[in-house]
Amino acid sequence: MNMKVLLDYDSCHGHQMCAIAAPDVFGSDEIGNAKVLITGEIPVELHTKVRRAESNCPERAITIIE
Amino acid sequence: MTDTQKPVTDITTDYDIFAPDFVKNPYPGYTEIRESQCPIAHTERYEGSWLPTRYDDVVAIAQEYETFTSRQILVMPPAAGRSEGPYAAVGAPPITSDPPDHHWHRRLILPVFAPQAVAQYEPGTRDLCNALIDEFIDKGVADAASDYAQHIPVRVISKMLGVPLTMEDEFTDWVRGALENITDAERRIKSFRSIVEYFIGEVQSRAANPREDDFITQLMNTEVEGKKVPIEYVLGVCNLMLVAGIDTTWSAIGSCLWHMAQHPEHRKQLRENPDLWPTAVEELLRVYAPVTMARIVDHDIEFQGCPMKAGDRVLMAFPAANRDPRQFENPDEVILDRQNNRHVAFGSGIHRCAGSNLARLELRVALQTWLERIPEFELIDPSSVTWAGGQVHGPRKCMVKF
Ligand code: HEM
Ligand code: SF4
Repeated sequence: MNMKVLLDYDSCHGHQMCAIAAPDVFGSDEIGNAKVLITGEIPVELHTKVRRAESNCPERAITIIE
Repeated sequence: MTDTQKPVTDITTDYDIFAPDFVKNPYPGYTEIRESQCPIAHTERYEGSWLPTRYDDVVAIAQEYETFTSRQILVMPPAAGRSEGPYAAVGAPPITSDPPDHHWHRRLILPVFAPQAVAQYEPGTRDLCNALIDEFIDKGVADAASDYAQHIPVRVISKMLGVPLTMEDEFTDWVRGALENITDAERRIKSFRSIVEYFIGEVQSRAANPREDDFITQLMNTEVEGKKVPIEYVLGVCNLMLVAGIDTTWSAIGSCLWHMAQHPEHRKQLRENPDLWPTAVEELLRVYAPVTMARIVDHDIEFQGCPMKAGDRVLMAFPAANRDPRQFENPDEVILDRQNNRHVAFGSGIHRCAGSNLARLELRVALQTWLERIPEFELIDPSSVTWAGGQVHGPRKCMVKF
């Protein structure tokens, strides 16, 4: 299974719930908004965490492409 | 004050956020409204307001900043006299700002609150928590609210601002005057003026004797479009740091300790699975979200069947949204490893809490340090716990023994 993530930076307001759920995939930029750390294929072992990041983002700014 | 003296007959048409029972435990009232025919309740008390209680409604209102403005953000109308005098132009940016100014009002302060920037406060916060516990650990009893929680955020903020820790009691008193005793108009005005006067002094002393790079100095030197930011902005941000950063975080720490005192199984779970901490903090914030904010309706609009008029006040009950069963399974239960948690304790949309990373850090360190030093404790008498409510909900007296 292939997985990538897309971040809608305009709707991101820096809740950082994504980084709490999947710290290997989401970090923070200098103003505390999300920064995608893995822009290509997400390794399989991180898929569950990425799904959690998506389902914890209050702004629904994360899209998973599979 | 008379508004709180009449008993509430129908909560969907006459709620009273300052009624003693509601202040103590607002959740049954929120549930009653949320599951009624009118999930957006209305009251005539305190010059009138609307109270949406469903997650989707609260979030929609928070997102629609053009219709629901931040001209006023307190759950009560401003005290008479607030718009007079030399300080009238001082707000609490960015929380009281609307676009377009909101953008730069917020953008300028964000870098100091990014996760990587607030991490530097962790060791100091831990030392501070330990020092507070040292004061009472040998006694076997303590007030988890007033001996512990209350002292943590105010000292962290003082350090961040670069002002002396000796101001703690005054800051605490002013913030309570501004947010908790808000049915007392005179105290509100006095608290606001004290805050502004204090920071005018801090700004003047820095102008006369430039300091190392503290937060206030940085603010004073910030330029927007080639011009120094106005003094009202500097004073407003300082005001905001106190009113947004102290009462809120201290209430969250207090509610979490109140919870832990009654749930040995959760203390054990965290002891055995320290990896759970980040998720646990989010879950506790969901269940005990301390903050309710207001919006002012810009123009007449029908929202979910409610005829809202320009100038109406809408209370965004984030604590109610966080317990909506349409969004959260078993919403009243604390599930420390909850997987799906789009909670809005920090709000939603453009005004979403800028200080959330600092708040989380303080909450986690305060709870971790307490549980390490005092792993077993319980409430002395559940009925003697007292609460603040309305704008900010949390325990103010919470005696525990260990
Ligand atoms: C557990 C503690 C806290 C909670 C629950 C909380 C909650 C909130 C909420 C709900 C809002 C949204 C306001 C709105 O929509 O009108 C907000 C805004 C804000 N908070 Fe917090 N807060 C906390 C701690 C802090 C701390 C420690 C700071 C900083 C020192 C802070 C700074 C701010 C700022 C600057 C805003 C305004 C953001 C804007 O308008 O763009 N907060 N907070
Ligand atoms: S949880 Fe959503 S809004 Fe928050 S930082 Fe991550 S992507 Fe942005």
